[in-house]
Amino acid sequence: MTDWAELWTPVRLTLELALVTTLVLLLVGTPIAWWLARSKARWKEAVAAVVALPLVLPPTVLGFYLLVALGPNGPGGWIASLGGARSLAFTFEGLVIGSVIYSMPFVVQPIRNAFEACGDRPLEAAATLRASPWDAFWSVAVPLARPGFLTGAVLGFAHTVGEFGVVLMIGGNIPGETKVLSVAIYDYVETLRWTEVNILAGGMLVFSFIVVLTMMLAGRRIGRPGP
Amino acid sequence: MSDSEAMAAGEGIDAAFSGTLGAFHLDVAFTAPMRGITGLFGPSGCGKTTALRCMAGLERLGGQLHVDGATWQDDATGTFLKPHRRPVGYVFQEANLFPHLSARNNLRYGARRATGADHGGLDFDGVVDLLGIGHLLDRAPAALSGGERQRVALGRALLSRPRLLLMDEPLSALDRMTKEDILPYFEALRDTLAIPLLYVSHDVAELERLADRLVLIDDGRVIASGALSDLETDPDLPLQRAPDAAVTLEAMVAVFDDRYGLTGFAVAGGTLFVPGRRGEIGSRQRLRIQASDVSFARSRPTDTTILNILPARIVTITGQDAEQAQVNVVVALGEDGSGPRVVGRITRKSVEALGLAPGMAVHAQFKSVALLGSSFSATPPG
Repeated sequence: MTDWAELWTPVRLTLELALVTTLVLLLVGTPIAWWLARSKARWKEAVAAVVALPLVLPPTVLGFYLLVALGPNGPGGWIASLGGARSLAFTFEGLVIGSVIYSMPFVVQPIRNAFEACGDRPLEAAATLRASPWDAFWSVAVPLARPGFLTGAVLGFAHTVGEFGVVLMIGGNIPGETKVLSVAIYDYVETLRWTEVNILAGGMLVFSFIVVLTMMLAGRRIGRPGP
Repeated sequence: MSDSEAMAAGEGIDAAFSGTLGAFHLDVAFTAPMRGITGLFGPSGCGKTTALRCMAGLERLGGQLHVDGATWQDDATGTFLKPHRRPVGYVFQEANLFPHLSARNNLRYGARRATGADHGGLDFDGVVDLLGIGHLLDRAPAALSGGERQRVALGRALLSRPRLLLMDEPLSALDRMTKEDILPYFEALRDTLAIPLLYVSHDVAELERLADRLVLIDDGRVIASGALSDLETDPDLPLQRAPDAAVTLEAMVAVFDDRYGLTGFAVAGGTLFVPGRRGEIGSRQRLRIQASDVSFARSRPTDTTILNILPARIVTITGQDAEQAQVNVVVALGEDGSGPRVVGRITRKSVEALGLAPGMAVHAQFKSVALLGSSFSATPPG
């Protein structure tokens, strides 16, 4: 018999993780993308390379360093000690931190590209119309970069949903806490529970297709100006 | 100079910028009154746009800028107002409307952030009427023609209640027909607005129609500045060497000749007739006389088809020493030479044949006199 509640727990956990990660990424990634797009500092490409590292690092390597950093002797452990815990590893909060770093390039890059595409000229026009830099950022740069934000948010969300290696390294396999969808699928395969594997894997397939299709359709539509 | 007196009283615009941008060195200083249109004129790449951007604070070079008693930049005290703290309106060469906002919301963007007193005396509806953009308000910038975009951009700048309006070649991206459509709106603006306008252009024809004063810039430096007609008749300036060198005259509609369908314009020194019935009696118009349309006679010709013949006195003759076929003769209209100056381009051979020399009384003949713009000075287009 299929236990639907048991199946739903990792799905819900994955969606929560992806949602929280995406929100954090938009908050953290937007200033980074803005700085990368606007700064004239020569070393900014070095920062861009650091942001892009998760694209090429094996997830296990990234996961290993995160495990060290989140563990009792790393900065993560220190932060955890403030809350009375011993470590951020093998916790939901630790997973969020790991996912934010792991999915960062997928959010920062599209937003940076969108900021760069809008160029200096609209911001100059805003400045000559008495808009302060902060005002111009919200009233001109963000609306013009809307397609980049949409792409970044969808990619960040989807990439977090699909992560496996990093989660396994830093989250382990605690049901309801760190056992996300991809880990659950791996577990079910290990224990030869094919029905559950088929439900979850099939669901991921449909989900991924919908995400990609939505992005393509939205990308075509969103270029046109609003009222 | 009245300008320098005005400067001493802390009025007007007093600008000086100096510095290097890339490989280009700019070193300009000029003044402008707090009224009328001052044209910044020079060839492409001479630095006039950079000077304008410095005035808006979009570019920062060393120097100082005082506008109507307020200091916007002064390196001596380390003052540099950020662009958004300067009450300027800036019209960009390519309109630069916000693509994500409708024409209406582009206009409102400026209006919503306007600070300070209203110097132009124009509200939203007034600007929309003046620029004839009422039917465009709900459109996106992408759905506007180049000329329409530029009109909306102008309106947006006006609604931000600027103390000073800066225009960077606002017509240069437009085709000739569109330019002709827009120029009347600019003329109406000049006659309606109470704020000064700095207008950058490399097209002398635009400035002949619009500008009251010119600042001539070449290779990053100011080579001359003053009233438009003074610079046009200055033999030392490059304006005179242009193939289509001309002089503009301020004139008043004095008489209609209904029998022959002519309009007589009074200028100091006489009356000039232009075909057609133009404007209202008493309204002021701007006439353009091209140097190649002017010729001279020692005595008043009687058997000629040329209608406009006025007495004048020769001021200078340029290019006489060089081995040029043609020379420019600057004359002052009127028997006593007290009227405005005009320039005629004639052959060196004719100068010698007639024995023309400075101080001599002649009769200037105008084969053609053009009326610049339409009769919009009295009534703005609607």
